[in-house]
Amino acid sequence: MTALSTKVYIPRDTTALAMGADRLAAEIAAEAAKRGEAIEIIRNGSRGMFWLEPLIEVETANGRIAYGPVETQDIDNLFEQSFLTGETSHPLCQGLTEEIPYFKRQQRLTFARAGITDPVSLQDYQAHDGFKGLLKALSLSGQTIVDEVKASGLRGRGGAAFPTGIKWQTVLDASPTDGDQKYIVCNADEGDSGTFADRMVMEADPFMLIEGMTIAGLAVGADQGYIYLRSEYPVAHQILNEAIAKAEAAGFLGEDIQGSGKTFHLEVRLGAKAYICGEETSLLESLEGKRGMVRAKPPLPAIVGLFGQPTIVNNVLSLAAIPYILAEGGQAYADYGMGRSLGTLPFQLAGNIKRGGLIEMAFGVTLRELLEDFGGGTFSGRPMRAVQVGGPLCAYMPESQWDTPMDYESFQAVGAGLGHGGIVVFDDTVDMAEQARFSMEFCVAESCGKCTPCRIGSTRGVEVIDRIRNDENRAANMELLEDLCETMIDGSLCAMGGMTPFPVQSAVKHFPEDFNQPAISSKGGA
Amino acid sequence: MTTQLEQVTEVITRLQNKPGALLPILHGIQDKLGYIPTDSVALIAAALNQSRADIHGVISFYHQFRTTPPGKHTVEVCRAEACQSMGARQLEAHAKSSLGVDYHGTTVDRSVTLEEVYCLGNCACAPSVRVNDEIVGRVTTEKFDQLIDELRSQKLEVL
Repeated sequence: MTALSTKVYIPRDTTALAMGADRLAAEIAAEAAKRGEAIEIIRNGSRGMFWLEPLIEVETANGRIAYGPVETQDIDNLFEQSFLTGETSHPLCQGLTEEIPYFKRQQRLTFARAGITDPVSLQDYQAHDGFKGLLKALSLSGQTIVDEVKASGLRGRGGAAFPTGIKWQTVLDASPTDGDQKYIVCNADEGDSGTFADRMVMEADPFMLIEGMTIAGLAVGADQGYIYLRSEYPVAHQILNEAIAKAEAAGFLGEDIQGSGKTFHLEVRLGAKAYICGEETSLLESLEGKRGMVRAKPPLPAIVGLFGQPTIVNNVLSLAAIPYILAEGGQAYADYGMGRSLGTLPFQLAGNIKRGGLIEMAFGVTLRELLEDFGGGTFSGRPMRAVQVGGPLCAYMPESQWDTPMDYESFQAVGAGLGHGGIVVFDDTVDMAEQARFSMEFCVAESCGKCTPCRIGSTRGVEVIDRIRNDENRAANMELLEDLCETMIDGSLCAMGGMTPFPVQSAVKHFPEDFNQPAISSKGGA
Repeated sequence: MTTQLEQVTEVITRLQNKPGALLPILHGIQDKLGYIPTDSVALIAAALNQSRADIHGVISFYHQFRTTPPGKHTVEVCRAEACQSMGARQLEAHAKSSLGVDYHGTTVDRSVTLEEVYCLGNCACAPSVRVNDEIVGRVTTEKFDQLIDELRSQKLEVL
């Protein structure tokens, strides 16, 4: 009977669940039982087409047929219209999943398996090229692995874009003070609003992250890794722990990996709602059980990192790119992208957008292509006005900048940043003075308090913007705001205080009209 | 029936030998009791050979840790940019006024504690709310009221 049952895929990804996937899965199972239909429900990861979630797929001889977004009231109807045979006439039918233009246009390297496999099935992972990179790495010297990463041109995907291979070389060459202890730390504190690529890696393909970290351990001689995961991601937490247990049981993690005699242990540690812990030195303090206070650099964490030992701190996406680089070679990865931005970046379309989701493409696609061709305009249907790319510490971009190609250097040239690839769209109801105020307010809430310009400057920033919005000495306060921004940029140790002014300055520069009018409460004002 | 401090001691004993044990211990206690009782600070400090001030400093640094009991359910409203672009400011205002509490407050019937959160990673289907460990997307004010009603009726069933 099992051989004849139809496979139905219903994601267990956070967004799919947030749109009702669990209840849908239960009701589809019940309905199938009632009708005597043999189905096997597989809880896969998401394909990243979030506007279609819950997106359910039915396996047919021609491939998987997608239906979405499916609500519980559609179930009866789907069965009536034989969705289990892949009948395409249903209004929710999207056709073959892989032919959906949004999906088809992408270049999926890091997210090649996302949504296709059961995230905690080792069989699925291995059937889709999983552990190829690790098996290769087990036979290579640390230096050879590091050389391969250097050849890929991979730059840190957390936002700073530091060359990953160089960081690894530093850790490989560093001498620990405590025996031969080194560490691999994965920064999974994905706190930027508008980003969910790390979450998707962990929820859709956790073995890839495990494999990438294990390879990093082999490369630099570290036998312990930690994934520092934000506590705002309960689903990722659950899936990661399931995957780690399975990888350990199958000998891909732990002692004597695949009979190689090599060891790598991995543990997930939860953050506790502190944005600053996404900053690598603050993260290390937090892992050590302390307040997440930023450390001065140097010394670099690569030399004096976790518990004072040489430590690789990499973002989820950087580590997730490693298995492909090892399996296919650094050059294969470097063949994607442009200039010094090599490989692919998963862009994340979020906020007020019709078709939000994850789009993995080589660097160089323009922002407008993402917003219009993929995104299809705003969710509200109103004109798009401002786009914040790269998280809460990056600039708001006006329409005149939307033709900028998405690569590190081009964005830097227009005074913007790519950060972690998150794109948050606002329609014309946005009050940019209010957004500028929020940037400062967020810094008040999340500053670790070490540097005065960040700790106090942000509070003063909120006050100055309030005075501007209340039309008190507007010209003088605008000047004061600019001066304050410069002080924060120049006088802060880390990006929290040093970049909080960027969205503020960009709002002032590109949307000055919002600072010349008294605040209007109908825009959701103070 | 074990007392709260016995449960605290159990968590500390189980986790104190981990490297960097303090956050796992604090999470362990809060997962069990819903908050970190003031009495546990001295126990943690003794076990980790740190001062009570150190422990207090860490508890107060992180937004997640609380030192007073929460309501039966915790509801977190996302305040970050992607949610703002989809009306989170109106949702926040509605949550506060309909529950009659500000952030960190607990309703009079102790059914709901309202918290703020900066990003739940559900930014393509904003605005988002977290109810205990469940994340809910596209939350309108009506949907919010419905969620709260469901939580309150659950409470009645339990009672």
